[in-house]
Amino acid sequence: MTEILELEQHFAETIAHERRVEPRDWMPDAYRNTMIRQIAQHAHSEIIGMQPEGNWITRAPSLRRKAILIAKVQDEAGHGMYLYSAAETLGADRADLTDKLITGRQKYSSIFNYPTLSYADVGVIGWLVDGAAICNQVPLCRSSYGAYARAMVRICKEESFHQRQGYELLMTMMRGTEAQREMVQDATNRFWWPSLMMFGPPDDQSPNTERSMAWGIKRHTNDELRQRFVDMTVPQAEKLGVTLPDPDLRWNPERGRYDFGAVDWDELTQVIKGNGPCNAQRVAHRKAAHAEGAWVREAATAHATKHSGFAPFSSPNRPDPGSSKVQSEVQR
Amino acid sequence: MSDWPLYEVFLRGKRGLNHVHVGSLHAADPQMALHHARDLYTRRNEGVSIWVVAAVDITASSPDEKDPFFAPAGDKVYRHPTFYDIPDDVPHM
Repeated sequence: MTEILELEQHFAETIAHERRVEPRDWMPDAYRNTMIRQIAQHAHSEIIGMQPEGNWITRAPSLRRKAILIAKVQDEAGHGMYLYSAAETLGADRADLTDKLITGRQKYSSIFNYPTLSYADVGVIGWLVDGAAICNQVPLCRSSYGAYARAMVRICKEESFHQRQGYELLMTMMRGTEAQREMVQDATNRFWWPSLMMFGPPDDQSPNTERSMAWGIKRHTNDELRQRFVDMTVPQAEKLGVTLPDPDLRWNPERGRYDFGAVDWDELTQVIKGNGPCNAQRVAHRKAAHAEGAWVREAATAHATKHSGFAPFSSPNRPDPGSSKVQSEVQR
Repeated sequence: MSDWPLYEVFLRGKRGLNHVHVGSLHAADPQMALHHARDLYTRRNEGVSIWVVAAVDITASSPDEKDPFFAPAGDKVYRHPTFYDIPDDVPHM
């Protein structure tokens, strides 16, 4: 009993001193489970996030745009991999995480359940969706969990390319024909509110925020980050020449920030529940891709076995998350 | 799905630097791990050399013995240059 108290105290001190929790440290089960859930949900978002834009790769308007879009979608896959790798340092099992995604037991960001209807959506996703993601993710580079924080540093470096290519694409379209400008405005209209929803429910409806802040899992509240995003984005919209679809959006000189209208939280609830425009399609696609890749995984295993002369070791080296055995970034 | 084993990835960022651990990935064999590591961890020239090591082949110190294990270095302050008092007017020291 005293041993547990000592461990808890050591953990609390690590957090209090802004030191990082590392994979093999003792940590409360609730911290481990919250962390795994957050990282897994983030990883799933990156993987599912390949679909809306991947939809346009074959129809990119030029070779330049196509190369950029392929690189971007490849980055999303890479981000998913960094994050799955971080989740595994906590004892999560990769196959199990994939299974939880395709059976709907773990969520991904609601934004990816909206369709991409024109090439302007590619630009708006880079500008608004990746812009919102950057707002959310930059503070996570200081997450109390070391492996997650390090993954976030890599990801944030790459996200900057994502946002800039999107904005540049939109600037190009805004210099084009009237029809192209209308496409940009239409995409902005569709993605503005869902982008604001990416920060999660308002603070008074976010019950876990307090504990997550205390644990250094979360660094700012949902509403703080949402406000920061609005303040950053309004001047970008002006420069671009599009109108953000919110009649209540205006500068508040007293607050020194922009006021904005009420978000439709019922819509977010519906999308999270699975009733968004593309939920079923996204999960079905991921499931099919996984199933259709089975033969490749099996063939590679067979090849490895044949050429090494012994069966590749499989999973038994990975201990249960809660067991006294340790996990680490270098030995699980 | 048959699980591919886990490999840890180490990168040399540029000539003159040590390899540094950057993360892990799953692969069927070491050669595939190397190719995946290139695609995953060096998309923007982050490395000039990669090591991949099967995670099971790594032996690590245990956090349970963190204090005693590193204790031998703890009480040997005389290994540090600041342990020695040298007058300020001694040049080049």
